Amino acid sequence: METLLQQIINGIVLGAVYALVALGYTMVYGILGLINFAHGEVVMVGAMVTLAVIKLLAGTGLPLVVQLLIGLAVSIPACMALGAGIERVAYRPLRNAPRLAPLITAIGVSIILQYLVVLVWGRTYHPYPELLPTTPFDLAGARISPAQVAIIFFSALVMAGLLWLVHHTRLGRAMRATAENPVVARLMGVNVNHVVTMTFAIGSALGAVAGVLVSINYSVAHYQMGFILGLKAFTAAVLGGIGNLGGAMVGGLLLGLIEALGSGYVGDLTGGLFGSNYRDVFAFLVLIVVLIFRPSGLLGERVAERA
Amino acid sequence: MGQPGKNIMIQINKKPWWGVVLVAVALAVLPFITGAAFGPAWVRVLDFALLYVLLSLGLNIVVGYAGLLDLGYVAFYAVGAYLYALASSPHLIQNFPAIAALFPAGLHGPIWLLLPAGALLAGVFGVLLGAPTLRLRGDYLAIVTLGFGEIVRIFMNNLYRPVNITNGAQGITQIDGIHIGSLALDRTQNILGLAVPSLHLYYYLFLALVLLIIVVSVRLEDSRIGRAWVAIREDEVAAKACGINTRNVKLLAFAMGASFGGVAGGLFAGFQQFVSPESFQLIDSIMILAMVVLGGMGHIPGVILGSLLLTGLPELFRYSATPVQQMLFGKVLIDPETLRMLLFGLTLVVVMLYRPAGLWPEKRRSRELEQKRGEAA
Repeated sequence: METLLQQIINGIVLGAVYALVALGYTMVYGILGLINFAHGEVVMVGAMVTLAVIKLLAGTGLPLVVQLLIGLAVSIPACMALGAGIERVAYRPLRNAPRLAPLITAIGVSIILQYLVVLVWGRTYHPYPELLPTTPFDLAGARISPAQVAIIFFSALVMAGLLWLVHHTRLGRAMRATAENPVVARLMGVNVNHVVTMTFAIGSALGAVAGVLVSINYSVAHYQMGFILGLKAFTAAVLGGIGNLGGAMVGGLLLGLIEALGSGYVGDLTGGLFGSNYRDVFAFLVLIVVLIFRPSGLLGERVAERA
Repeated sequence: MGQPGKNIMIQINKKPWWGVVLVAVALAVLPFITGAAFGPAWVRVLDFALLYVLLSLGLNIVVGYAGLLDLGYVAFYAVGAYLYALASSPHLIQNFPAIAALFPAGLHGPIWLLLPAGALLAGVFGVLLGAPTLRLRGDYLAIVTLGFGEIVRIFMNNLYRPVNITNGAQGITQIDGIHIGSLALDRTQNILGLAVPSLHLYYYLFLALVLLIIVVSVRLEDSRIGRAWVAIREDEVAAKACGINTRNVKLLAFAMGASFGGVAGGLFAGFQQFVSPESFQLIDSIMILAMVVLGGMGHIPGVILGSLLLTGLPELFRYSATPVQQMLFGKVLIDPETLRMLLFGLTLVVVMLYRPAGLWPEKRRSRELEQKRGEAA
């Protein structure tokens, strides 16, 4: 019973991070119909920049939590500018190009970002400092660390903020209008290019937060960390129905839970035949099964096929 | 746009015999010239470039003709490679006494059996992937194929217990080199008084298969099936209304594309004499896709150009990064490996920005693009 609760907690923590990153994919997809494959790298840059700031502040004697907040205050705007810049350079000129062209520029941008990070910070695994107290809380026998609590809290906060922004502000209305139909939105006086820039910036801000949270959770940052995280988050976004904010959150949490429970239990159920090293197989199998029965994801609307 | 393509088309239509002979001679002496001028490492690059031409022509059927975005293509390459590896290495005999009893002389599968078997098995995997994904379009299909590729790789990584089939992350070693009859390609051979090194022999074998697959691709393109694929790519609903059995035709695209990958995988295993899951990662699928898109989707010369460029350029950067920096700054400022990857990423971005339909696109595609631009303006 305790293990079940423990795995559920781990799954929710993992899922919260996936959901944050997945929101970045799904927002861009909802508005442009484009997979921003460089998003994982923005997440990684967020983690690295925050780490660099914390290292600079190491001698000042400020409390660690304050250092973390200053780090976030630097890395979030940096990532917003980076995300908007990527859109401006690599995607906007290709808006009327064949569908796969921006995919290739995105891959190019990912490679460039990874190796710029290598150039500045090297290829090593950077240990992330213990920014939060490490004594775990006891929750009905399961252990939950302050970092995990922080991840759940921060993610929930950021997601609530995003929902408020999308549903209760002028910018949010413009975003929804653009997602619905960019041409008509423009006729109604929406500055579509501005909306797209803001979408990338907001998605990247979420990504930066996610990057820092995941680095704190695993106590490590690395120039390739964005790749697998981005892959999982993208899977989560598709699982929930890409283009749908609620879908990204549900998909992220579900994927996190599947991974945690799958690696915890399927090994025992199959007599050790399929252990935790098959974790990603469970995640992808669930994705494939869901898509067979609901081809546009769990919460995705049935969209007419584009010619 | 499209001008260079036009000239080549005219040349091919006229078929000047001396042109064909010239190209044939040039291709035949290419490894010798490359080897003499730049060293054997570059002949190896040439061999790999040909393997990638095979792979990207296979993916071109799925992505270029039928318009099905496949991000897990490397799985079929892996299937072909592991089939060859298992059937011509001592691995299975060491792990399964029953197989050892069955083949007392050891497992040494002949190439003329293993390549078709690899194509067939990869084709079956292609149908396995295609069947559940028939209803999916575009990006949903992309993520499922991606997942499929990862699943295949994870299985290769973990199928070493409880019974050791793939030897896990360590991979399979001691694979036989490719033999054609009594001609062993894995050592230098004396042919008509000329010492032909192993790398050159593989070059000729790969070249022959590339030519064969080009012929198959061209014939497919002009066939009823090829036109059905293009129809599905352009508008699946309309294609169905025209009486095309979209289900079968899509499955056929997956199977055909996969079988090319299976052949390339078998060649790869025989050439390297070693396979491990390391060689079949998502990034490899993405690279093959980049070759197809960068060259010009659905256009055979473009796809070939794309794969040659993307195999050659990183190597060129690798060998020139240090000397060029020495020359410009007098010292090495940036680690060559890092610089190489930066330049490679930059190439992808710049090429796509300036030639969104690819370097050498199909004429129909570049026309469509111009029309679209006209509408947008």
